[in-house]
Amino acid sequence: MLIRLTGGTVYDPASGIDGQQQDIYIQNGRIIDKPQGEFKVDQDYDLKGKVVMSGAIDMHTHIGGGKGNIARTLLPEDHRHDPVHRSDITRSGCGHAMPSTFVTGYRYAEMGYTAGFEPALLPINARQAHMEMGDIPILDKGGYVMLGSDDYLLRLLTAKKDQKAINDYVAWTMHTAKAIGVKVVNPGGINAFKFNQRKLDLDEQNAHYGVTPREILQVLATAVKELGVPHPLHVHGCNLGVPGNVQTTLDTIQGIGGLPMHLTHIQFHSYGTEGDFKFSSGAAQIAEAINSNKNITIDVGQILFGQTVTASGDNMRQHANHKFASPNKWVTMDIECDAGCGVVPFKYKDQNFVNALQWAIGLETFLLVNDPWRIFLTTDHPNGAPFTSYPHLIRLLMDRSFRNDMLATIHPEAQKMTTLASIDREYTLQEIAIMTRAGAAKLIGLKDRGGLSAGNFADITIYTENTDRQKMFEKPDYVFKDGQLVVVNGKVVSTKWGTTHVVKPDFDPSVEKGLTDYFDRYLTMKLGNFKISDDEIIEDGRGSLTVHPLSS
Amino acid sequence: MIEITEVPSPFCGIGTDDLTIRVEGLSLKVIENGCAVNTPAFEQVITDTRPRVNGQEVDLDVAIEAAAALLKDTRLPVIGGCATDVNGMRGLLALADRAGAVVDNMNFTGARNNFLALQDSGWMNTTLAEVKNRCDLLVVVGTDLEAFAPRFYERYIWNKEAMFVEDTSSREVIYLGKAPSGSASTSPSGKHAQILACQTQDLPEVVAVLRALVKGQPITAKAVCGIAVSDLQALADKFKAAKYSVVTWAAGALAYAQAELTVQQLSEMIKDINNQNTRCSGLPLAGKEGDQTANQVCGWTTGYPARMRFSAGYPEYDPFLNDTHLLLANGEADALVWVQAFNSKSVPPETSLPTIVVARSGMVFTKEPDVFIPVGTPGIDHAGHAYRMDNVVAIRLKKLRDSGLPSTAEVLNGIEQAL
Repeated sequence: MLIRLTGGTVYDPASGIDGQQQDIYIQNGRIIDKPQGEFKVDQDYDLKGKVVMSGAIDMHTHIGGGKGNIARTLLPEDHRHDPVHRSDITRSGCGHAMPSTFVTGYRYAEMGYTAGFEPALLPINARQAHMEMGDIPILDKGGYVMLGSDDYLLRLLTAKKDQKAINDYVAWTMHTAKAIGVKVVNPGGINAFKFNQRKLDLDEQNAHYGVTPREILQVLATAVKELGVPHPLHVHGCNLGVPGNVQTTLDTIQGIGGLPMHLTHIQFHSYGTEGDFKFSSGAAQIAEAINSNKNITIDVGQILFGQTVTASGDNMRQHANHKFASPNKWVTMDIECDAGCGVVPFKYKDQNFVNALQWAIGLETFLLVNDPWRIFLTTDHPNGAPFTSYPHLIRLLMDRSFRNDMLATIHPEAQKMTTLASIDREYTLQEIAIMTRAGAAKLIGLKDRGGLSAGNFADITIYTENTDRQKMFEKPDYVFKDGQLVVVNGKVVSTKWGTTHVVKPDFDPSVEKGLTDYFDRYLTMKLGNFKISDDEIIEDGRGSLTVHPLSS
Repeated sequence: MIEITEVPSPFCGIGTDDLTIRVEGLSLKVIENGCAVNTPAFEQVITDTRPRVNGQEVDLDVAIEAAAALLKDTRLPVIGGCATDVNGMRGLLALADRAGAVVDNMNFTGARNNFLALQDSGWMNTTLAEVKNRCDLLVVVGTDLEAFAPRFYERYIWNKEAMFVEDTSSREVIYLGKAPSGSASTSPSGKHAQILACQTQDLPEVVAVLRALVKGQPITAKAVCGIAVSDLQALADKFKAAKYSVVTWAAGALAYAQAELTVQQLSEMIKDINNQNTRCSGLPLAGKEGDQTANQVCGWTTGYPARMRFSAGYPEYDPFLNDTHLLLANGEADALVWVQAFNSKSVPPETSLPTIVVARSGMVFTKEPDVFIPVGTPGIDHAGHAYRMDNVVAIRLKKLRDSGLPSTAEVLNGIEQAL
């Protein structure tokens, strides 16, 4: 079947197209060049006056894995506010802070998103993450496997194993966990919490191993680069949420010595200690560091006001933050000599000084970082806000007067502590398309996604131009996934199953010798039973694996 | 004849995956690392191979059509048991969503003691590998641990080596409440567990006093429910002196009214200990009859654990009202679907309602159900996934033999499509 999208205004930063009128042809799920000679169009969509972008990609969203399911179980009262009925083509579920899997897929698609990446795939819990993501319809998905607090890596470091040994272990873990990236969360800190350490600075030693977060970042960032994994090491740094952590973040950037590194939800790591409340914005310093260090990319982790739940691998910091739990209930777990997690419900309030300033810090970061190819639009769903708030966030970025109206309503002391009112910048449609499409695909290393030139998969979102950008982005006219029309006027009209994106870096098979011995002596599972086979993703006939090329 | 090694078990809940099983045709023999729970569960022979409708053997598609016909005009069918693997639960939830059914895992009344505490105040928990490598003090509350999981001590407490405990036989084990039925808790060096014995229903009082002592509150009584307060004080002191203590309980063993308050008291005590400059974690025991699997899959599919309903067209949770037994007794339900792929002795509750049973081959009924479809057992007849007790680890189950029995998922998906 040949589909033509006629006369739309195309924003395709991957091809350098910025608001030009262009026809797009779709066949067999992919975008093709205009056919030669005579041809018959089976379906033609008149898109005059409409905005055409590729499907959006959320490069950091907690959509699969144990901590999210703990968050769901913890909050029945939150689900009751947002029940989702079944229909002839869709399953029932719940929405809001931590939606059910099916609803996650529908609501992302209904906002024009066609892919989401789970940033915290614990190796031991990766099976669950993939099973949950296997129940998310429409979206493509993938995950970044979490290392850095696992005892095996720390033992390698203590034993002074060389970088090759680290690389083999990282590559092997990526294979077994079916990952497309590597993440580190509070490097070594989750492990240190098990030894009763309650904080761990960049140069502070793990009480048992004597290893510092700086060393862990260095070896993992090196491994990711040397293995040719396109996505740079994905870093949730030390000291999340601690006033004064802006210095830790700046030191982390300097400490990585020019290696590629992605700093995630940087808003939570950009706090100073100035002012009457000893809490201030470090966004300007952070933005300056990002602007001048081209090896660094970030996503913001914007907070937006309202009820949500924070679900993180960082049980050390989540435990420290439990006193802010609202409602007052929370969970932490130590997990399998591998990692940990912490789940703390949060209600961000615009009349709370700290929350209000967090809001402003996130926006300052967006607006002060110059290069939209190195900054990404996230709320760290659900930690800063549920992903369904993205259209509102886009309006805040694109509409200065709206932003200033909102600013005028937050805690007055927070207003005094932010430079937001003096920042004139408004994001353009092209910059939004970079952050949420082309840039994200490039950052993750997705081949044939995130662009609209021939050869790309036909993941396409079409909006009606509207000066109210929130309205525009919350209800696309059409969304195509792999060439299939899945959303019309912001409602799912058909469903399908997306693929799971992975990379498979090479490793020396002898890495399993040491691992087998370690598993037999210390863990609770045989190595052979630990490894996730391709079958597990694809055997039900719905899932598939897409292996992306390594960087040369 | 073949021998399959490193076989994981979905039966014991603690994720043993080192069994060696000899397969000869359809017969299985556990030849290494069996236990009182796993060996009979693996070795049970297949008897029924064909579905029955009204007691007459029929082909699978006929049975599926008959089941769909029974469910077609129901108002509130109840799907009980819910004892199957991940794919089985996926099929079960798809069917329940379409039929507007209640979904109720058979172990939920016990598990509710945990869920109510979790949903009211939360907890700090740990998993088996952390226990194996870090635990220096294990406190077992109200539970006969070795009867629950015969190999728990061998695998996770008296393991030869641990990364952070120099000599595992130096680990201390203390029972609060019920005394153990055997000697698995005795260390390899012959050290017996300490037993602070009381009646199970006295645990609320005992645990409340223990928590008060942990928090440094003065207690004037000399004894509580037969336990000397000085012994409880000693236990409180041990918690504070331990580096990584672990408190374990089986929610179902706390079989008295409002036992959720005991789980909450324990969980809050664990939090208190973590505020006194050391670490302590909870370890709820479960993982039987697919209970963790049911709660996990129901959790991500609906937002709620596995005692909920779809009758309004969307998921609704009520941990009391959606109890299968209650719905049958009150006459609210109008059909029963019983799903039990693991245990043929776990029969459906007695009812005069139309009944569909999708269960492990060999189930014997006092009253023949309208439809009976024998299914394969996950981890024996087909591959699959099951959750361990500690809720983080899903184990990959192996297919051991070719019995030709359909999986729970195939049958339930078939019924759903026939609707």
